[in-house]
Amino acid sequence: MNFRKIMTVILALVLVVGVFAGCAQSSVTTAAAAETTAAAAETTAAAAAEKIKVGVIYISPKNDGGWSQAHATGFANAVAAVGADKIDLKEIENINDADAQQTETALNQLVADGCQLIFATSFNYMDVVEKVALENPEIKFEHCSGYKSADNFANYFGQIEQPRYLSGIVAGRMTKTNTIGYVAAMPIPEVYRGLNAFTLGVRSVNPDAIVKVTWTNTWFNPQLEKEAAISLIDSGADVLAQHQDSTATQQAAQEKGVYGIGYDNPMYSEAIKDAYLTAPVWNWGAYYQTRLQGMVDGTWATGSYWGGMNEGVIALDAMTALVPADVQTEVNGLIDTMKAKGNDFVFAGPIKDNTGKERVAAGTSLPAADQFSMDWYVEGVVVAE
Amino acid sequence: MRLRIAKKDTAGGYKAVLIRVGAVLVALVLSGLLMTAMGYNPISAFAAIIKGSFGSKRGLINTITVAIPLLVVALGLSISFSMRFWNIGGEGQLIMGAIFATFVAHNLPVNTPTPVYLITMAIASMIGGALFALIPGLFRAYSGTNETLFTLMLNYVAIKITVFLRLVLWKDPEAKGFPSIEAIPKIAHLPKVFGIHSGWIIALIATVLVYVFLKYTKRGYETRVVGESERTAHYAGINVRRVLISGVILSGGLVGLAGFVKLSGAAFTLSESIGGGNGFSAVIIAWLAQLNAPVMVIVALLFAAMEQGAMGMELALKIPASVADIIKGLILFTALASEFFIAYRVVIEPGPRQLQKQAQKEDQV
Repeated sequence: MNFRKIMTVILALVLVVGVFAGCAQSSVTTAAAAETTAAAAETTAAAAAEKIKVGVIYISPKNDGGWSQAHATGFANAVAAVGADKIDLKEIENINDADAQQTETALNQLVADGCQLIFATSFNYMDVVEKVALENPEIKFEHCSGYKSADNFANYFGQIEQPRYLSGIVAGRMTKTNTIGYVAAMPIPEVYRGLNAFTLGVRSVNPDAIVKVTWTNTWFNPQLEKEAAISLIDSGADVLAQHQDSTATQQAAQEKGVYGIGYDNPMYSEAIKDAYLTAPVWNWGAYYQTRLQGMVDGTWATGSYWGGMNEGVIALDAMTALVPADVQTEVNGLIDTMKAKGNDFVFAGPIKDNTGKERVAAGTSLPAADQFSMDWYVEGVVVAE
Repeated sequence: MRLRIAKKDTAGGYKAVLIRVGAVLVALVLSGLLMTAMGYNPISAFAAIIKGSFGSKRGLINTITVAIPLLVVALGLSISFSMRFWNIGGEGQLIMGAIFATFVAHNLPVNTPTPVYLITMAIASMIGGALFALIPGLFRAYSGTNETLFTLMLNYVAIKITVFLRLVLWKDPEAKGFPSIEAIPKIAHLPKVFGIHSGWIIALIATVLVYVFLKYTKRGYETRVVGESERTAHYAGINVRRVLISGVILSGGLVGLAGFVKLSGAAFTLSESIGGGNGFSAVIIAWLAQLNAPVMVIVALLFAAMEQGAMGMELALKIPASVADIIKGLILFTALASEFFIAYRVVIEPGPRQLQKQAQKEDQV
């Protein structure tokens, strides 16, 4: 037996398969690629010398249908609004936010390319962005969903809890089994906050319902997300919600004949038309436009931004026809209150955690700092085994 | 007609060089065609690869930074591969090294001088990696257990241990509820030399040591004999078990050291992604370099340059990462294919039907 020979053949086979798999995937992305080149050609035609280079790193492909796509759409809209002749957008996809070395080299590539403002759009990029920001005081950085900042390093996020609460009302009204499934990504405060807001919304209209949560420990893994969704359906859930960056949960809901509430982007498509109800969605363009304009005008300043529905950075996607008219009226009727009171309304007491301990007293709201470090479940959340 | 793959009697010489140069050309033509078909200018794409990897000071620093851990892991694995111990557990051994180094970094008194701090961490990481490689090593030496699957599965064990540390045992209370492990203190960072963390010096020293060990020491010779044939080694009076175990310890220790280099030089925080796939990429690097330590330096650099070049392409041409990945894959594929054609040749010989015809002809005559 010649192991070397076998090894060589196996490696060669793996690579052939890999290349073909890659090609199959690329046919999907070619259309998008063609679009971007067309846009690039347009922009290069205009005065290139004046343009401000703005860099972005994404954790997943920017056509993932979820988180990164929401950011990419936001940037595209913001560039269109500020002027494609003024901003040159430089994007790098698929940078693992838990791999500090890869994150740092990607940021360095953007710096070497001449970017003057760099956005990092996932939580775990935080420490590396801080490091690179300190090394490059002349360049400005913005980090999404973290809590660190400096003179040239801002952070920003949105109070997605508000539309999550509203989508919880939809789920609470639509469930017949009183069991709602929730596919959750990483056990970090952002995800706890969303899950709890959703559950508070559910139980505001249906105190008997429970929300079963499954943790996948990944932001983007369509196959794993789908498996988690199906196991929740098998354990009795007839409405699914998600804090994941792909549409896999919605596909599972469609296949199994239950309802689904999406996330990140308006997710409606023909493929999930019998399941999709609505989704809490990001509208990052609203924020990015002011930041890019700030670069053009020379008024960019650091800060910590945490916008809500009132600022327009988040919204509830239009509810589909599957949601009865009276429920739609009920939810839409709350939007003005939500815009006025924000997260104080979402996390208004009395709130107990799922061990029965009182966390927020009646007449008060959970302070922002406690929202930002949330690591407990509200009453009504059950962790699926 | 029938195709048969046969081993070449003589591999090497100017023909090998020709095949390798040819492979590079094939890679360029193939990826050029692909890019043209997708509507990108291939010339500017290649320019972007070079600019992204070697073209600027930052690009060069990036490339070397990425190459350092790749090289150290490949060196470590090459010792295993020299004795035909299929160590696919580089990722896990690297992570174990990083776990041990993190433990030391958080538990030494803060007034310890930096050199002592770093050396203690380095030794700890080597112990971590060596212990983790020793488990499958002992099983292979004493009960003939298949080490390929064993080492492969241990990668996932190491990853899960890190997740457990991050979520429970070492969860940083200062991180506002975010489950992460506290970053190692500043004093435990590798100092920079010529703008790059000094892991590159460690990697070069390791290259020389591994080269000398395999080429010029008795134990290195024994290691290679065990790799050629355990039976031969046995008849030659070599204690196969001892060679196997000491080789695995060296191999795992070196891979573990890569965990320290990556932690102290680039990552500063332990996470389950600290390996970043280096343990697997290094398998390819070790074999492309045909287990030759100095050649691994070049292959690791080229490998890292490909990754940085792909980012450069994304920036310069605004192409999606998936297209950049395909081109990266094509280049790697042709490189591997060329090694195949250097070692083997395809023989065209008559098939059964042609043989029959030939026989008939001969009969007629």
